[in-house]
Amino acid sequence: MSNHLIIAPIITPLLVAALQLLVGEKRRRTVLALSIGSCVALVLLAAALVWAVSADGALAAVYRIGDWPARFGIVLVADRLSALMVLLTGVLALALLPYALGRWQHRGGHFQPLLQFLLMGLNGAFLTGDLFNLFVFFEVLLAASYGLALHGSGARRVSAGLHYIAVNLTASMLFLLGASLIFGVTGTLNMAALAELIPHVPGRTRALLHAGAAILGVAFLIKTAMWPLGFWLPRTYAASAPAVAAVFALMTKVGIYVLLRLGLLLFGDGAGPASSHFGSGWMLWGGVATVVAGTLGMLGARDLGKLAGYNVVISSGTLLGAIGLQQPAVTAGALAYLVVSTLAIAAFFLLAGLLASDGDDDSDDTLSLEPYEQQGETAANESLYAKEDESRVVISAPIAMLGLSFSVCAVLLAGLPPLSGFLAKFALLAPMLDGGTRTGAGVLFTLIIVAGFCTVIALCRAGIQIFWVEPERIFPKVRLTETASIAILLCLCLLLTVYVEVPLGYLRDTAAQIHAPASYIRAVLSAAEAAP
Amino acid sequence: MELVLAVAIGILAASGVWLLLRPRTFQVIIGLTLISYAVNLFIFSIGGLRTGADPVLHDAAGDIAQYADPLPQALVLTAIVIGFATTALFLVVLLTSRGLTGNDHVDGEDGTP
Repeated sequence: MSNHLIIAPIITPLLVAALQLLVGEKRRRTVLALSIGSCVALVLLAAALVWAVSADGALAAVYRIGDWPARFGIVLVADRLSALMVLLTGVLALALLPYALGRWQHRGGHFQPLLQFLLMGLNGAFLTGDLFNLFVFFEVLLAASYGLALHGSGARRVSAGLHYIAVNLTASMLFLLGASLIFGVTGTLNMAALAELIPHVPGRTRALLHAGAAILGVAFLIKTAMWPLGFWLPRTYAASAPAVAAVFALMTKVGIYVLLRLGLLLFGDGAGPASSHFGSGWMLWGGVATVVAGTLGMLGARDLGKLAGYNVVISSGTLLGAIGLQQPAVTAGALAYLVVSTLAIAAFFLLAGLLASDGDDDSDDTLSLEPYEQQGETAANESLYAKEDESRVVISAPIAMLGLSFSVCAVLLAGLPPLSGFLAKFALLAPMLDGGTRTGAGVLFTLIIVAGFCTVIALCRAGIQIFWVEPERIFPKVRLTETASIAILLCLCLLLTVYVEVPLGYLRDTAAQIHAPASYIRAVLSAAEAAP
Repeated sequence: MELVLAVAIGILAASGVWLLLRPRTFQVIIGLTLISYAVNLFIFSIGGLRTGADPVLHDAAGDIAQYADPLPQALVLTAIVIGFATTALFLVVLLTSRGLTGNDHVDGEDGTP
C-alpha cells in the first residue's frame, strides 16, 4: 500500500478549496465541478483506506510527515476506526452535494470552499496521531464551521453563531491547557508514545496528568454537547442552513471519536491500576444525563430544526454512555449506531429545511409546531376530523415523497424495526444486558429505550401537524436535486439494513482493535525505529 | 520567577473568566483574549523556566539539561497564531451582531428596558 494514501484525504480538500478560492465565486460551474471531484475522490480514497486497513492481520498504517521518527515528528495514523470515520465523512459530503446545488448557497459567500476546509479538518482530526496536531485540525474545522454556521447571515443566525463561537473558543482554550499539562508531565504529545508512558508515570505527577486529561476531556465533551455543556447545540443547529446543519451532525461525532480513541488508548486496561478506566464513569453518567436532557428538549421543541437538534443531543448522549461502559461488544454497537444516526439526522435536517422553506430562497423560516396545550389539540383534532367527510384529498407526488422520507427518518431515528436504526440500536443494547458489569448499564439501557419511545411521540406529532392537519399548508416547490440528497442518505440506511452483516463484522473488528491498543502503539512506534 | 508567573497566569485567567460571563459582547471578547494570554503563558511555562538557555543544540556533546525545551515555544507560537485569527473572526461576528440587533448584548436583546 502506498503510504501517501493516508495524507491524501487531508491534502485533497485543501487543494480543492484553494483552487475554488482562486477560480472565484463567479464561475459557479467550475467551483461545483471541483467540489464534486473532491467529494468523489474522498469517497474513493476512504474506501481504499478501509480496504487497506481491513486486510487480514493489518496493523494501523502510519505516515510520518517529513519522515521524522514518530517520537519527534508528526504522524498520521490510519486504523480501522479512523478509516471508518473518514469514509463516513466522504459519503456524507458526497450525499449532500446535490442539495448544495440549490440556489440557497449563493445567499452567502464561499459555501463550497468552506465545506472543503471543513472536510479537511474532519479528516485531519480523524487521521492524526498527535495531540497538538489534533488541536490544529480541530481549529481548521471549527474556523470553517464558524463561517458555515453564519452562512446566509440574518439576525437569528448571527446571534446563535456568536454563542457558538464564544463557547468553542473557550473549549479550545481548555484543549490547549489539557494538552500542555499532559505534555508537561510526559514530555510527549504523540498518542502512542503517551499510551506507552502513562503506566510509568510516577505517583507524584499522576494527579497532574489526570487533571490534564480531564480538562482535555471537558473540551471534547463541550463539542459533543454533553449535559450541561451542550446548551449551545440545538439553537445553533436550528439556526444554520439545512445542509450546514447536516454536516454539523457529523461534527459532534468528532468529539465522540476523540473520546473513544483517547479513552481506550491512554486509559484502557493497559494504563496500569491507577489510571485504567479514568473518566469512564463521567462519560457514562454524563451520557445518561445527556439522553434525559435531549429527550426532554425534544418533547418540548417547538420547531422542526430544534427537534432535529435535540436528536443530535440524544445521539451524543447514547454514544457517550456506551463509550463509558468500555466493553468491546457495546463499542461495536455504538459505532453502528453512530453511522446510522449520523446519516438519519443529516437527512432529517435536510428534510426540515425543505419543509420550512416556502420555495422562496430568501426565507429563513423555521417550521413551528403547535404547543401541547388543550386548545391547540382540539383545533388540530377538529380540522383533522372535519376533513374526513370531504372528498378524497389528492396527494401530490412531492408531498408523498416528503411524507415518505419523513416517516423513514422517524423510524430510523426512533430505532423501530425493521430498518437499520433498529439493527444498530439492537447491536448497542443487546450486549448491555449480558455482561452488565457496570452499574450504570441498566440505567442507560432503560433510558435509551425510553428516549426511542419519546422520539416516536415527538416525530409522530410533528408529522401529523405537518402532513395531515393542514392540507392547505402550502408546500414548497421541491426540486429534484434537493430530494436527491435525502433519498441518497435514506437509501444508504436501507442498504445498511439489507447488508448489515458486512459492516457489522467490520465494526466488531474495529472495536476489538481499539480495545487492544497494543497493536496501534507498536505500529506507530516501530515505524519510528525503522526510520533511518 | 515561577511564583510571579503563576500569579500572573492566575490573575489573567480569573479576570478573563469573570469578563467572559458578563453580558456585553465587548467584555466577552476581552475576556477571551485574557484567557488566551493566560493559556499561552501556561504553555510557555510548561517546558520549565530557564534564563539564557539555548533552544538548539550546538554540538553533540552539549548537556541536554542546559537547554530550553523548544517544543512548548513552537506550540505557543501556533496557539498564538490560531487564537489571533479566531479572535479576529469573533470580532467580525460581534460587529455584525451589533449592526443587526442594534445593541451589544450577547443575546441580541437588552435585558434592561
